[in-house]
Amino acid sequence: MPGLKELSKRKELLSSGHRMCPGCAAPVIIRQVLLSTTTNVVVGNATGCLEVSTSIFPYTSWRCSWIHNAFENAASTVSGVETAYRALKKRGRLDADYRFIAVAGDGGTYDIGLQALSGALERGHKMLYICYDNEAYMNTGIQRSSSTPLGAHTTTTPAGKVIPGKREFAKDLTGIVAAHNIPYLAQASPSHWRDLTNKVAKALEADGPSFLNIISPCPPGWRYPQHLTIKMARLAVETCFWPLYEVENGVWKINHMPKEKKPLDEWTKQQGRFSHLYEPKNKHILEKTQAEVDRRWEELQRRAS
Amino acid sequence: MSQIRELGYKDLPLGGKILDAGNSENYETGGWRTYVPVHDAEKCTNCLLCWIFCPDGAIFVKDGKWAGFDLKHCKGCGICAEQCPPKVKAITMVKEEK
Amino acid sequence: MAKTLGLTGNEAVAYAIMQINPDVMAAYPITPQTALVQKFADFLADGDVDTEMILVESEHSAMSATVGASAAGARAMTATAANGLALMWEIVYIAASNRLPIVMPVINRALSAPINILCDHSDTMGCRDTGWIQIYSENAQEAYENTIQAVRIAEHPDVLLPAMVTQDGFIISHGMEDVTILEKEQVQKFVGEYKPHYPLLDPEHPVSYGPIDFHDFYFEHKKPQVDAMENAKQVILDVGREFSKLSGREYGFFDAYRMEDAEIVAIMMSSTAGTTRPVVDELRRQGIKAGLLKLRVFRPFPAEEIVAALQGKKAVAILDRAISFGAQGGALFSEVCSALYNAGQRIPVINFLYGLGGRPAEIENIQEVYQKLQRIVQTGKVDNLINYLNLRE
Repeated sequence: MPGLKELSKRKELLSSGHRMCPGCAAPVIIRQVLLSTTTNVVVGNATGCLEVSTSIFPYTSWRCSWIHNAFENAASTVSGVETAYRALKKRGRLDADYRFIAVAGDGGTYDIGLQALSGALERGHKMLYICYDNEAYMNTGIQRSSSTPLGAHTTTTPAGKVIPGKREFAKDLTGIVAAHNIPYLAQASPSHWRDLTNKVAKALEADGPSFLNIISPCPPGWRYPQHLTIKMARLAVETCFWPLYEVENGVWKINHMPKEKKPLDEWTKQQGRFSHLYEPKNKHILEKTQAEVDRRWEELQRRAS
Repeated sequence: MSQIRELGYKDLPLGGKILDAGNSENYETGGWRTYVPVHDAEKCTNCLLCWIFCPDGAIFVKDGKWAGFDLKHCKGCGICAEQCPPKVKAITMVKEEK
Repeated sequence: MAKTLGLTGNEAVAYAIMQINPDVMAAYPITPQTALVQKFADFLADGDVDTEMILVESEHSAMSATVGASAAGARAMTATAANGLALMWEIVYIAASNRLPIVMPVINRALSAPINILCDHSDTMGCRDTGWIQIYSENAQEAYENTIQAVRIAEHPDVLLPAMVTQDGFIISHGMEDVTILEKEQVQKFVGEYKPHYPLLDPEHPVSYGPIDFHDFYFEHKKPQVDAMENAKQVILDVGREFSKLSGREYGFFDAYRMEDAEIVAIMMSSTAGTTRPVVDELRRQGIKAGLLKLRVFRPFPAEEIVAALQGKKAVAILDRAISFGAQGGALFSEVCSALYNAGQRIPVINFLYGLGGRPAEIENIQEVYQKLQRIVQTGKVDNLINYLNLRE
């Protein structure tokens, strides 16, 4: 992947004037994703923050063709677009080459869209599915999803006098996708733009479906100051809460080995959604989370060795 | 763009389609800002990290070099200043007078 | 030249789709539609068709993928029934709102619960207001021919609405009939090449589909759908006339059987009309002026034309194969009443709810309908507005 000077000469396919919150990671991710290719793309977008904020009629922020259908069906909608592409190519009604990208948040991917995603992966459509994972239903007002970390305060798992936030660990979606044995999948972070853009380029050339799970810090949802978004993404990587790895044709590879694995506390203490965990009675939850992060990191290293 | 708001139902593209790709660039989000980024050209090394991390595509780059802030769209989040490398720190956020 | 084959309703529609040769066909199995998709898969496996088929993991994804394919610029189809249609309901509405001319055969089947795989119209009646054209078929021949016509109707530039073509589950879908099949070339020529309206796959003209509207545009995006439905009326008639040159059969909004001098009339849709014709003939032999109005097109609803056909009739029975719970009778009944009222027609009307979950509508049941109409004519009174045919008390 070219460096930033080269990338800056490419056409931006996400235009300014979208209504995402100041400091949101999702448009940073989408800009990096779209800068990673010079081929025509069609983007299919699940309902969510990105979708509503980039398509308020009569405005669209998409300079490529873009389709929003509903919440749970980005994967099946793009399946249809990709299949139409093959049909039109086969029948000589289309010359141009295209790549296909489905984008959804964690709600649209881990939860309501999981079936459609699984189906599309199994059918083998040549499309890249991107989950921008901000770890809750941010668009509807910060409700818990199956990606929300243990202990996090959300509006449906509020930190109360008796219940200290979400009571379950997050689902390992990337692992679930890996179980589909697709040609390429990876975890990425907008803080590591070179890694991310490399992965997108690889994914778009994969011979079949590909998937990227990308951590997407959210200032209002995670409760941290908006200028810290990239820092929050980097800390998620450096604490191994969000390891950067890829699975290419079944081979697991860690793409970024932190020089020194930081304690999870460096990440959680900066986010208001975890602030109640610093009360003495809740300390055990932080310890439990750290233990789980360690366990998953060990397991990943085993898989990648 | 303001004229489209006057259009009757017969004159809109069918099915809610938007045919003017990327026209949100005509919608200004600069008014959201409280703090404005200020750039120090002498310190800037043109690493372009501010550009790649900007959520709003609000940093102009010309010939691979930093070329200005798009204040029509910059929401003042301050990621650019925060991500400018510690040894450079060419961007500072300043309370904006309105 | 056309040939006659022994086909089930499912097979007849599979033939139609094979001959249309759409770009994309998405499908998920559900009784009683499965045989349709299987037959089409046979055509595909044997190279009779080169459609790209997507065998999805749910009906929701079937309609989602069909929407994606249609928006991309493909002629796209899918098929379903009952609970499958209910599952895709969200996207059924979106397909119409995006003005995508998808054609979808629906094999009418009762909705759960209790689960029931047999025929009634609760599935398609449940989505009658989604913005889809609805064409109901009496038999396999009509299902075949309606499917071909639906492509032209849906894709017409004045329309650009999706269309569902129904047939009665099992009664038609699994019953073998003689069906006259056109040559593939005739069908290809009839449907013509698809010219998509602002497709996603156009590098010179990128387009955004499915944006968010607020109060300032949503209403303006809905009214053109109303107008398109209205436009569809003329297109349905024009396409029907053009098609009749190929098939020799007439296709309008409805089939008026012995209606001209009829005094008592039954209105219904789909296969029950086939049971009713001999009943009408028998009544005629007895000197009773009975008629049958078999509705083909429920959406757009041909209100004026129905009113004109009912002009001067003495009593009318409307048969609904689906209940609208809490409403004043079935949906067809409400529509006909509303049409008559607005035209200032005070013809006595009664509603029969019948055939739910595959409950047979036999000759004697239809005779009962006409007997009630005769009684109304004799007494000038409607005792029961809403009646349940062949229901154990």
